[in-house]
Amino acid sequence: MTDKQNITLTINGKDHAITVEPRRTLADAIREDCGQTGTHIGCEHGVCGACTVIVDGAPVRSCLMFAAQAEGKNIRTVEGLASGDTLHPMQQAFMDNHGLQCGFCTPGFLMLAVGVLEREPDISDEALIDVLSSNLCRCTGYQNIIKSVRAAAAEMRK
Amino acid sequence: MTAHTKGSGGDGMKWIGRSIRRLEDPALVQGRGRFTGDLPAAHWVRFVRSPNAAGKIKGVTAPGGAKVITAADLAGVKKITPMLHKFEYRPVGQPILADGEVRFVGEAVAAVVAASEEEAEDIADLVEIDIDDADPLVDSRAAIAAGARQIHAEAPGNVILKGEVKTAGFDDVWAGAAKIVKIDARSNRQNATPMEARAAHAAYDPVTGRVTLHCTTQMPHLMRTAIADCLGMPESDLRVVAPDVGGGFGQKMSLCTEYVLVTWLARHLKSSVAWTEDRRENLIASFHSRDQYITLEAAFDKDAKLLALRADVLSNVGAYSCFPTTSGVEPLMAMAEMPGPYDVQQYQCLARGALTNTCTMAAYRGVSRPVITFTLERLMDKAAKAFAIDPIDIRRKNLITTFPYKSATGLEYDEASYRETMEMAVEAIDVPAFRVQQQAARNKGEYLGIGFATFSERTGYGSPAFAARGMAITPGWETVHVTVDPSGFVEARIGSSPHGQGLRTTLAQIIAEEIGVTPGMIKVVHGDTDTAPYGWGTFASRSLVISGGATLIASRKIKAKLLKIAGHMLEAAETDIVLEDGKAKVAGTDREVTIAAMAREAYTQTHRFKGEIEPGLTESGTYDPPGTFSNACHVAIVRLDAETGHVKVERYLVAEDAGRIINPMIADGQVHGGVVQGIGNALLEEIVYDESGAILTANLADYMPPTAHEVPPIELHHMETPSTQSVTKAKGLGEGGTIGPPAAIVNAINDALTPFGVEIDTIPATPQRIRALLRNATNSALSRESGNPGGPT
Amino acid sequence: MKPAPFVRHVPRSLDEALATLAQVAGEDGRILAGGQSLVPIMAFRLAKPAHLVDINEVEGLDKLTDDGKTLTIGARVRHAAFHKPVTANPLGALLAYVARHIAHYPIRMRGTFCGSLAHADPSSEWCLTAATLDAVMVAKSVNGTREIKAAEFFDGIMSTNLKEDELLAEVRLPLLPADAKFGFYEFSRRAGDFAMSASLVTYRLDGGKMIDARVGLGGAEASPRRIPEAEVELNGKTPGDTAFRAAGEAASAAIEPLEDHQTDAAYRRDLVKVVVRRALEHSLT
Repeated sequence: MTDKQNITLTINGKDHAITVEPRRTLADAIREDCGQTGTHIGCEHGVCGACTVIVDGAPVRSCLMFAAQAEGKNIRTVEGLASGDTLHPMQQAFMDNHGLQCGFCTPGFLMLAVGVLEREPDISDEALIDVLSSNLCRCTGYQNIIKSVRAAAAEMRK
Repeated sequence: MTAHTKGSGGDGMKWIGRSIRRLEDPALVQGRGRFTGDLPAAHWVRFVRSPNAAGKIKGVTAPGGAKVITAADLAGVKKITPMLHKFEYRPVGQPILADGEVRFVGEAVAAVVAASEEEAEDIADLVEIDIDDADPLVDSRAAIAAGARQIHAEAPGNVILKGEVKTAGFDDVWAGAAKIVKIDARSNRQNATPMEARAAHAAYDPVTGRVTLHCTTQMPHLMRTAIADCLGMPESDLRVVAPDVGGGFGQKMSLCTEYVLVTWLARHLKSSVAWTEDRRENLIASFHSRDQYITLEAAFDKDAKLLALRADVLSNVGAYSCFPTTSGVEPLMAMAEMPGPYDVQQYQCLARGALTNTCTMAAYRGVSRPVITFTLERLMDKAAKAFAIDPIDIRRKNLITTFPYKSATGLEYDEASYRETMEMAVEAIDVPAFRVQQQAARNKGEYLGIGFATFSERTGYGSPAFAARGMAITPGWETVHVTVDPSGFVEARIGSSPHGQGLRTTLAQIIAEEIGVTPGMIKVVHGDTDTAPYGWGTFASRSLVISGGATLIASRKIKAKLLKIAGHMLEAAETDIVLEDGKAKVAGTDREVTIAAMAREAYTQTHRFKGEIEPGLTESGTYDPPGTFSNACHVAIVRLDAETGHVKVERYLVAEDAGRIINPMIADGQVHGGVVQGIGNALLEEIVYDESGAILTANLADYMPPTAHEVPPIELHHMETPSTQSVTKAKGLGEGGTIGPPAAIVNAINDALTPFGVEIDTIPATPQRIRALLRNATNSALSRESGNPGGPT
Repeated sequence: MKPAPFVRHVPRSLDEALATLAQVAGEDGRILAGGQSLVPIMAFRLAKPAHLVDINEVEGLDKLTDDGKTLTIGARVRHAAFHKPVTANPLGALLAYVARHIAHYPIRMRGTFCGSLAHADPSSEWCLTAATLDAVMVAKSVNGTREIKAAEFFDGIMSTNLKEDELLAEVRLPLLPADAKFGFYEFSRRAGDFAMSASLVTYRLDGGKMIDARVGLGGAEASPRRIPEAEVELNGKTPGDTAFRAAGEAASAAIEPLEDHQTDAAYRRDLVKVVVRRALEHSLT
């Protein structure tokens, strides 16, 4: 059936019961059906990384997964990074180091960086830049994104 | 790297010159930004776009039952027709949906309306457009050649405008030159590629009959004025909101047919209607930039002193003319600013805009300046070679050093540091050490190169400057309203429309400095035409200078009033009172009163002023400055892989001067971002059309903005020559970063290519182009080394 | 850019998957594994499969085993699995080195080895690997199992000899000789972009001379393959600049180059020369 189906997405620990077509991407479901608009859509063909979220511990491009495929998985988006009023070290580092300007690509970079650092806390600096080249930014020229992620990595290793 | 200490910054100021964290950030890092595409709507629009570059529309067939709008439904809606009253400009109008004919691949022919984006796209796939193909004109030179098919009846020969200038003494000086140096430069088409593509969301309010349009614009008020005009509706019935906007870079300045259509639909359906552009649409059908051919010749005396410049600028403006600037925005800027930072008083220029069957051109960060700087700086390097002198020395001989300087085109260059920033860059990069490295590398068959670019950046210019172009819509001034409410909290409403530039923070710093409250007590409000004073938005490196200036003017008035109120409340002379730390204090005593108390007084105890002070605490400032020139020197060191043509930027250095810097961290961020777009322009980014007018680079794998991997750490050095033409002493710098890289990087590539005896004057300088030069290089020994077969050893 | 509608099937067993595929193949039914290649082309609506057989829940397809002679990679094994060597055999280090060049980290979290092979993009690193090492593709359908040699598997741009009702269930890579050397080099415009040419080489040394040389080339022609003309330049020769250059030149001359707006035939040949030689140079490090 191409018709809509009932599925449940668990985002930042909260269940969302939604009804979507099989072709509904995870990105669109997160934004429109679950109302979490912090995850952004920049290209819909898996190149820019603005839609990056963490699924079962892996940073992935939510525009390249179908929502139904994410049922039963642990989905984390930018809205779940802070603990109450306390920002995640990555968020704090981006603010301290001017790692964002328009803010559109920022959630994608935050989730990419957090996702990779949680998996590989001792990642080398060179490999970190390789990882950061996964996502596109048009405002910052990457200088302060790299600085922010390095600062957060040091903080997260503590 | 030098910190921001030279110049005027830090002279006893508390907030100006400090890198405080941005007030914009807490929401954005938590995903609480609100972008146009985040809004839900009852109806979604998908445009059906022309697959052909040119031809008559014979018919549009839609599946039965589908809601599909075509031009026939839009009778009474005006075309978008920007106007220029000079330069032989031919007004051409763009219909909101193609009417009778199509003029570029991607032109919107029909709009499908459905309950979801998916559904709209499904229906759009089934809509058939029957077109009687005509031969498209894609290249600007082909379009203006004799006999070329006319794209618009109003523009014979496909020339939409022509600017000509020639100084009185030109011919004599040219005839007397010792040496003429020439360059044919080619700049290929760019797309600004903001990470957020365009979007529009219009909601009709049945109670008031008004429409609220959220859209990705850099100029909300002008969108309101123009859209209301197109639709023949009262402007007061339209509210335009620029919410959080994910990058603009000029692409989001212009009025889009799509915004008009979505607004029309909201009124027609009496509901909410939304459109989000997808990336392919943005690459094909938004706005393009920098497709130019420039031939530049320079006359020198025997000592390499520049005597005269002669330029022929041909700008490919696409199928229509962008509103409000018109197609003149690129060619006329090129004409006005070509001489750049050099002392040259004789100048001749022909600048033309050519209509073609391609996507419409509009401004992209730096507009023509990256192209003219590329052309001029390549020429200076060629001239240095011709005279057998150092490229730095030829610039030393010719950079403007005396101010104010009136250019050959009548531009007034205010106090700046063209020479000083170049010397700063030269010292920092250590050219002699580089030359040693370069030679050692050559001995190993590796090719390093160094390139310089010196340039001026015209910023913060108000209506007098825009008026020179003869635009029917002459932007330039800005108004700011600053209000202190009874709690002592400050709100500044501005007509600029920032989208990443950090204006909520920097303007708060200006206000804080003036009236002594902390930036955390100040909220800068912008983007909503219902609450923001009429203004011109954010583009052209103007907002900090112009809105900043208006903010300072308004803040000074607030300060004056606070001093009066304090004088009353503290029974002291105003001259004995200082405002700081949120209080008014009588110097030399412990008598003080908080700004909050003064504000409360100004609203609720006004009888105490005995008519000497007006109630309330709100002031306005309007600023319309002539403009002020920033400057910079960029240096690039590249490594050229001669076998593949690949170029890696190994070092990139900027020595810049943008007057007084309000927030160094934010200023540096602007330079970083611009430089990386410039690296893309120099090496990677190109919109490619084939002969049929189809775009071959319609996704982000084929159109290649740089990633973090392509960018070295950018070294920044600073000077601050306080602006004499800006009340805050700040100059603009939003575009500067993009202006230098094509020149610096391609000069560096040519420096690396020196052993091969070939030159490249095209951007982007792609590996394929470089390899083609090397393959055909006449120096066969070296070319063999670079991978060509055969040749003597 | 939303995909056209489709029905998503979620089989739990291989038999179920094959039966479903047999039913829907005739209506443009496709396998959905990692989705990193398929979903973008669906977003552009260059493909509008009416059915997707999602194999991400199929038991047994996540096999990754080394039996001392062969490394067997099941259909659900993702690129990221190879980030660290999966075998002590040199093949492990080879796959780890090549994996780093595939797209970007988040893509590698989802994309699959077998999915890349079935997708058959000319510049796919795994396709090049399979072709160079003479992998055996194991295709399964309701009609049974078919083993297809790499040299017969790739059939042009985005095209393989898989039948429409066949699932590429696993691929078998022969382990390398314990003393094998390998080298890999690819050229692209930006980090993570499609390779404009790429080469994978392996050989052994016997008395200081190269033997059993394999020179694979990807991104340069419609399908990746071994270039015998280049291998001939290496066998029996001392590893070094002379032999490496000769191999590069031979490969460059031997190809039917792919052309596009970025890369004409002459430039492609330039690149082939370079990537083969540099892959060989890499083998010395």
